[in-house]
Amino acid sequence: MPKVKIPRKSTSIDMTAMCDVAFLLLSFFILATKQKPPEALSVSPPNSVSAKAAPDKSILITLTKDGRSFLMLGDETKKADIINNINAAKGLNLTAAEINKLNKTLFIGVPFSQLKSFLSMAVEPSADKLPGIPTDSTNNEMTDWLHSVTNVYAGSDQRQLQEMLLVKGDNAAHYPAFKQIKEAFKKNEIYKFRIVTNGEAVPVGSELYLNPPKSN
Amino acid sequence: MAEMDTSSGGHKKGPGVKKSKKLSTRVDLTPMVDLGFLLITFFVFTTTMSQSTAMNMNEPKDDSTQVLKVKNSGAMTILLGKGDQVYYYYGQLEADKLSEQFKSTNFKEIRNLIVSKKKATNIDDLMYIIKSDKESTFKNAIDILDEMSICAVPPGHYAEVDMTPTEELLISKTEEANGIK
Repeated sequence: MPKVKIPRKSTSIDMTAMCDVAFLLLSFFILATKQKPPEALSVSPPNSVSAKAAPDKSILITLTKDGRSFLMLGDETKKADIINNINAAKGLNLTAAEINKLNKTLFIGVPFSQLKSFLSMAVEPSADKLPGIPTDSTNNEMTDWLHSVTNVYAGSDQRQLQEMLLVKGDNAAHYPAFKQIKEAFKKNEIYKFRIVTNGEAVPVGSELYLNPPKSN
Repeated sequence: MAEMDTSSGGHKKGPGVKKSKKLSTRVDLTPMVDLGFLLITFFVFTTTMSQSTAMNMNEPKDDSTQVLKVKNSGAMTILLGKGDQVYYYYGQLEADKLSEQFKSTNFKEIRNLIVSKKKATNIDDLMYIIKSDKESTFKNAIDILDEMSICAVPPGHYAEVDMTPTEELLISKTEEANGIK
């Protein structure tokens, strides 16, 4: 019987293609991940089962765990108007340069009385060190800020404004601080706003799980 | 542009010059592939998909002329205390039955209590009254509202109300008795 000769083949495969794929995927994942913007204020929001995504453009009130409140005006087109409005309403006597500087600040977190000295500082202190906007029941400056916000948005779509008003609070913040913010909203006749939360799955077996609301 | 000199320079080819053995340019890429996939898995596992969501919040208009009447049989008052403690009672507090009515629980149990109350009560009479103590946290306040949406309590059947001094006293006494700090 003739012997069949099986040609011996090398077992090593060319890895170049696989290597290409691996690094392509790696670069894709790195580039596709949206980087979280660095947060000057560290706040860990509570969880909720709400599935609606928080808008990027927003008027955000941040409540830190020690009860300080900060305001972030995310709508660049209206930010200058709001600052001008509050300047006129509260008689802050800010110069054009100071208004310009305030316009560039991300977090507003000083009482009106300290606004001028805050703006005259050469180096802006980090938001974490600011005293926050006072929200005491006797001196709730958040009300004034929100009043200016409603003034500026008076002509535009109110529904859109409601979608933009966000409150982001820390888990450990005490309830009275949050209540004062709610009061500030109420005084401006804003009865609808939204809370920033971390998305969470609906517990299995609960009523909401069994009968999910129809999305519209 | 500078050109690289690829020719073998001043070496002269001849019988005396040993021909260097041509080495293969192929490199084994297996470790590099390993590294690539390792990095991919690392990045996939470390990135937390944290999508911020927004929860709707509806506040009632403060109007003293319109006072909502709640049936005693359909009301359940949920009080949030410090240390993530939850207290509750049904109907109205009666001075001689305080200790029977006023019960303490926690966030794990409260869901069952909300659901059983909802099942036992006519939906029109149902009302959850939520009261937050000074010592309760923002998380507690949001969690209980979240509990309402988890239990599919229709809007308008729960409300946040300020606490009365009697309730504050009851909470602080219960906290003392249970040793909650």
